[in-house]
Amino acid sequence: MTCKKSESGKTKKVIVVGNGMVGYKFCEKLRAKAGPDRLEITVYGEEPRPAYDRVHLSEYFNGKGSEDLMMAPRSWYEENEITLHMSQLVTHIDRENRCILTHKGNRDLYDKLILATGSRAFVPPIKGTEKEGVFVYRTIEDLQAIEQYGRKCKRAAVLGGGLLGLEAAKALMDMGLKASVIEFIPRLMPRQLDKNGAAILQHKLEKLGLEVYTGRQTEEITGNGSVKSLRFSDKTDLDVDMLVISAGIRPRDELAKACGLKTGERGGIIVDDCLKTSDENIYAIGESALHQNMIYGLVAPGYEMAEVAASQIVRERDKTFTGFDMSTKLKLIGVDVASFGNPFTKDHGIPIVYEDKLKGIYKKIVVSDDGKKLLGGMLVGDAESYNSLHQRFLNDIDCPENPEVLVLGARGDAAEGDGVENLPDEAQICSCENVSKGDIVGLIEDNELTELGEIRNETKACTGCGGCTPLVKDLLNHTLERLGKSVKKTLCEHFEYTRQELYSIIKVQNITTFDDLLDEYGKGDGCEVCKPAVASILASAWNDLVIKQDTIQDTNDRFLANIQRGGTYSVIPRVPGGEITPDKLIVIGEIAKKYGLYTKITGGQRIDMLGARVDQLPDIWQELVEAGFESGHAYGKALRTVKSCVGSTWCRYGLHDSVSFALRLEKRYRGLRAPHKLKGGVSGCIRECAEARGKDFGIIATEKGWNLYVGGNGGSKPQHAMLLASDIDEETCIRYLDRYLMFYIKTAEPLNRTSTWINKMDGGLDYLKTVIVDDSLGIGAGLEEEMQKLVDAYRCEWKEVVDNTDLQKKFRHFVNSDEPDPSLKFRDYRGQKVPDGWGS
Amino acid sequence: MNSVEEIKQWYKAEWYKVAHVEDFPRNGGVCIKLDNLQIAVFNFTSRDQWYACQNLCPHKMQMILSRGMIGDKNGIPKVACPFHKKTFSLETGENLDGEDYKLTTFPVKVENQHVYVGLPA
Ligand code: SRM
Ligand SMILES: Cc1cc2nc3c(=O)[nH]c(=O)nc-3n(C[C@H](O)[C@H](O)[C@H](O)COP(=O)(O)OP(=O)(O)OC[C@H]3O[C@@H](n4cnc5c(N)ncnc54)[C@H](O)[C@@H]3O)c2cc1C
Ligand code: SF4
Ligand code: FES
Repeated sequence: MTCKKSESGKTKKVIVVGNGMVGYKFCEKLRAKAGPDRLEITVYGEEPRPAYDRVHLSEYFNGKGSEDLMMAPRSWYEENEITLHMSQLVTHIDRENRCILTHKGNRDLYDKLILATGSRAFVPPIKGTEKEGVFVYRTIEDLQAIEQYGRKCKRAAVLGGGLLGLEAAKALMDMGLKASVIEFIPRLMPRQLDKNGAAILQHKLEKLGLEVYTGRQTEEITGNGSVKSLRFSDKTDLDVDMLVISAGIRPRDELAKACGLKTGERGGIIVDDCLKTSDENIYAIGESALHQNMIYGLVAPGYEMAEVAASQIVRERDKTFTGFDMSTKLKLIGVDVASFGNPFTKDHGIPIVYEDKLKGIYKKIVVSDDGKKLLGGMLVGDAESYNSLHQRFLNDIDCPENPEVLVLGARGDAAEGDGVENLPDEAQICSCENVSKGDIVGLIEDNELTELGEIRNETKACTGCGGCTPLVKDLLNHTLERLGKSVKKTLCEHFEYTRQELYSIIKVQNITTFDDLLDEYGKGDGCEVCKPAVASILASAWNDLVIKQDTIQDTNDRFLANIQRGGTYSVIPRVPGGEITPDKLIVIGEIAKKYGLYTKITGGQRIDMLGARVDQLPDIWQELVEAGFESGHAYGKALRTVKSCVGSTWCRYGLHDSVSFALRLEKRYRGLRAPHKLKGGVSGCIRECAEARGKDFGIIATEKGWNLYVGGNGGSKPQHAMLLASDIDEETCIRYLDRYLMFYIKTAEPLNRTSTWINKMDGGLDYLKTVIVDDSLGIGAGLEEEMQKLVDAYRCEWKEVVDNTDLQKKFRHFVNSDEPDPSLKFRDYRGQKVPDGWGS
Repeated sequence: MNSVEEIKQWYKAEWYKVAHVEDFPRNGGVCIKLDNLQIAVFNFTSRDQWYACQNLCPHKMQMILSRGMIGDKNGIPKVACPFHKKTFSLETGENLDGEDYKLTTFPVKVENQHVYVGLPA
């Protein structure tokens, strides 16, 4: 191939090969150091999409789409003037002419070249790996293929019992498969755990339903075309329908090798402390780089390499890479496991071990011979102290006089010197983004930040592996407390309580009116913030008629209709599941015509009649109630609609009757008041015509039952609902929904949708799952009972008004005249009326 | 006690009988019509006080304030407009969110269970 040499001397153009996590981070860092006027950046990535968060890849199975996993959207590259070529494999490097060639035949010249080609899953040379049903676990495409193939399987195995293998096994279990893990070495997680720690972990995993085979050598994958079984060296067989190989990684150094760069004997592109390869103009970073005989298979060291290489290129020459800590915490599997430093120190250091076989807890730390320094450790079953131990190790903080308190916990008080407040300012809190304690505290002090989200945005801490989130939270709360700022989310100046506390007070003290609550627990007269919030709690707690305490309700709840421009109201009767008869449609048409109302189909599968005067509302509703309609609660922070698709009764793809289920749910939860409005959806198959995953709860039919998703949201910050449980039957689904909705009602802050509530929750969806599905707090039955009471107490608010002349009196404009408001003005608009602007 | 300014206003007012106390909700308001004027009158039960102001919200010119929620801000009695929750002092009519517009307020008295609103004579 022939290329023209670019002018030597100043770096003008940087080409990055590989758009993975580290390649992306490099672009971000380099662009921050040098704008488009200084440097041209071009990236080639083999994968069909921009870089995504591989660390959280497994969340793809929990309903995170490929969009959610994206490190940055396509537009980010455009905004930063970085040219991104996706689906292009770089096949050659012409070092002499400083030129690369891609499989599409494109050539491109560089001044500096960055190899961020990552690694590939290692597939051991076993007979039969080419068979159908054998997968690796590395890319979104791998997961898509596993998900698809898994649908027709019952039993699956993972080859490899390391960090990744266990994560993959958990994913297989979540797919509803019977899963086994096979490890060649006689214990699980051999790189992080010793024999005793691994034994405890294995025991716990077996209790969770995972089959574990250690010390097994797999000789052959048998089957005619597709996998049937694994044959071990002892000639025993394990029947499986699917196999995921997770036997380690191999750096992708093929490109480097082909152009003559120095590579390691066992793979990896050799780099020096500046991350330079054996070619002056080529750097290697991330999982493909071999530094001092070491491949770093974690993201944090990769990010540090990205920082060093970027600073080398813009000639901030002081920065070098000198190795990195390999501490890790296992995520997702449901058992705490963590290790830091070197927990295997045999010839120097003294181990201190705490083991509780009954509870399945194993903690081991290794301290220096003089007992002063922490050298490493491992935690199984309870990794609460991981962050503080890890910080102590990283920052070389002296151990307390009796170092055993570090694993045993001090008798009486908490172990001294453990909290964030005792860390030095230089202590690194987020290792992925290299953020120190001082950075975070400074921001809180100087910029008056009070929310975790703000700190994430400013520093990017918690955005990598997420492991530092609890530490950052602690640090935030601590600093705020020290600054004398209240951390508590009280309602307003009239109540020194959070919504959750008020909910408990109201329930326990049996309080039914705002006035009683204010007398006993508040001060002043209340205001437009606490009144509706308390009104909503009272309604959630007792499901009494809101209109009885009308003056503490927001105007929509006070008049049981949505106020519109000009001061008229809209009327939306409930149309459960969106199913409606022609007769009922005719009634709506006739009423709208009679009262001169503007009509529109809403986005919630029902019909809105707008422009009703306050004094007309009871009459309109009288006619609607007589025709069998009920209030649609379009005005309330309450259940709105449960949207449905046409489902299996008509649709040729439908698996189950989504309309009947939506109807059943809408009828069950109609009128349910909550911290914010609630919406649901039920789709008859994966095509998802009901947009159920855009709702607070969404249900999608599967071959085996229903999948239940929670926490979805449209609005200004759309978010897809996440999988809570799969393949459950209707009754289980309703049980989980009862628990979920009641738990939300009891614990959310005012005006937080379910999505916000879950996003803010410590432990997020995983925690919610343990509460709802595993009933880890033991409150499941109580929540169901409370919900049943609310369901039983339901009455149609409008029917009550229509039947009660006293209540009807509240619906008039003047108290001393029957005249309607003379200031209302309408104009004609496409054959209907609309308000004439914003009033006079 | 009422301020001198208020007493002066009371003294000069011409009183109109507008409604019976029973016509009012607790801690809430109603709208009354006096010729072409619409006035919001509030029964501030928790303070044992009555207040009146123009029914028109000056933010977007909506005839609505009688349907607003009442309460206090640091002890100042106020009403919040149902549309965009702008709040106004019921004593001075001043906007409490620091914006320019303000309300006209009127004196109120109760005699023999009847509510009277005073208009400038
Ligand atoms: C009437 C309707 C528009 C329409 O003509 O289609 C509507 C109208 C209003 N929506 Fe909506 N939304 C309507 C469907 C939706 C949908 C679609 C859906 O439900 O499938 C969404 C997105 C889905 C979602 O909620 O997640 C939607 C997201 C919002 C939001 C944003 C919520 C959020 O969490 O970000 C608001 C603002 C809020 O509630 O705070 C809002 C608020 C409003 C309010 C109540 C604003 C207000 O306070 O005045 C509008 C009332 C107009 C009125 O008085 O009638 N509306 N709104 C729809 C009534 C559906 C029904 O049958 O009850
Ligand atoms: C399921 C899973 C869970 C993990 N969990 C954790 C964890 O909890 N903590 C942690 O620290 N790490 C974890 N890791 C490891 C972490 O994801 C990696 O360390 C990180 O992704 C490495 O980034 P990279 O950019 O070096 O490689 P990659 O992310 O693999 O990116 C390399 C990219 O380069 C592309 N490429 C390769 N060759 C070429 C070429 N010639 N031309 C064009 N493009 C090319 C590849 O297609 C790929 O997109 C996990 C990994 C997996 C798979
Ligand atoms: S979601 Fe599926 S079942 Fe429902 S209408 Fe669409 S295609 Fe049919
Ligand atoms: S119209 Fe009253 S606050 Fe906007």
